[in-house]
Amino acid sequence: MSVTTGLFYFFAAILLFAAFRVITARNPVHAVLFLVLTFFQASLIWMLLKAEFLSLSLVLVYVGAVMVLFLFVVMMLDINIERLRQGFWKHFPLAAVVGIFIVFEMSAVLMGGFRVTDDVATTGAVAEGVSNTRELGKLLYTHYLYPLEVAAAILLVGMVAAIALTLRQRKDSRAIDPDQQVRVKSKDRMVVLKMAATQPALPVQEQPVAEAENKA
Amino acid sequence: MTLTLGHFLTLGAVLFALSVVGIFLNRKNLIVLLMAIELMLLAVNTNFVAFSHYLGDLHGQIFVFFILTVAAAESAIGLAILVLLFRNRSSINVDELDSLKG
Repeated sequence: MSVTTGLFYFFAAILLFAAFRVITARNPVHAVLFLVLTFFQASLIWMLLKAEFLSLSLVLVYVGAVMVLFLFVVMMLDINIERLRQGFWKHFPLAAVVGIFIVFEMSAVLMGGFRVTDDVATTGAVAEGVSNTRELGKLLYTHYLYPLEVAAAILLVGMVAAIALTLRQRKDSRAIDPDQQVRVKSKDRMVVLKMAATQPALPVQEQPVAEAENKA
Repeated sequence: MTLTLGHFLTLGAVLFALSVVGIFLNRKNLIVLLMAIELMLLAVNTNFVAFSHYLGDLHGQIFVFFILTVAAAESAIGLAILVLLFRNRSSINVDELDSLKG
């Protein structure tokens, strides 16, 4: 048993334990932290498969950005956990049966069907001294240039949509719109009214009537 | 005993089954459902990387790149909808989100 095999079993064991804790953790914050551990182990397993660029981008993009977003949302929402976990153990037998079924069927097919070992085919793609990132970049910017631009557009749409969905304007805000502020003219600010230089005196009020009303 | 492609595919299968079980168990909690979907995508990506390595074809890793992109956009929009939902309903219980039901 080589070092790589041992490392694979070690990483896989931690990964599966963390994934199990993600779906069973009582506290959503713990679930997100175990999800971070899962992604970290997965990136190490990808590193064993000599996919360095994807492994590092999984850590940067997922652990660094998406999981922090998850953690932020989970901490911001005030969730009643007990009510959400009603029926958790009621569904457990069915879920366990389905899960075990999937695992046994797929592993029966996959373990027997794909006995491809390391030393046969990899020499063609990953030869000595060839950078995985460089090869991936060459492919990405030649064959897959159009899908790359579509992916960029998807990310832009995702960003705009996320901001547009959650942006909330205050209704009681008294802030001035700078657009209107810079376009103001002097005649909008001050209005000159034409008035006569002298005005007739106002009629004198009848004092005795008011006094009579006060007495009454 | 050396590692074969079957090892990695089985790991992906177990991870996928775990996330299916997670969807069964946490049917009410929208956040854990989103996390289970992320786990499923991770299992699929592991399969892609394993095939790409053992068959010597780099195109599989390009696919993983695009899946990561789409998954990041998906989780960002999903979490935005979740925040909006919680702001309006004060709950993320899937059972209570039935106002479109006639």
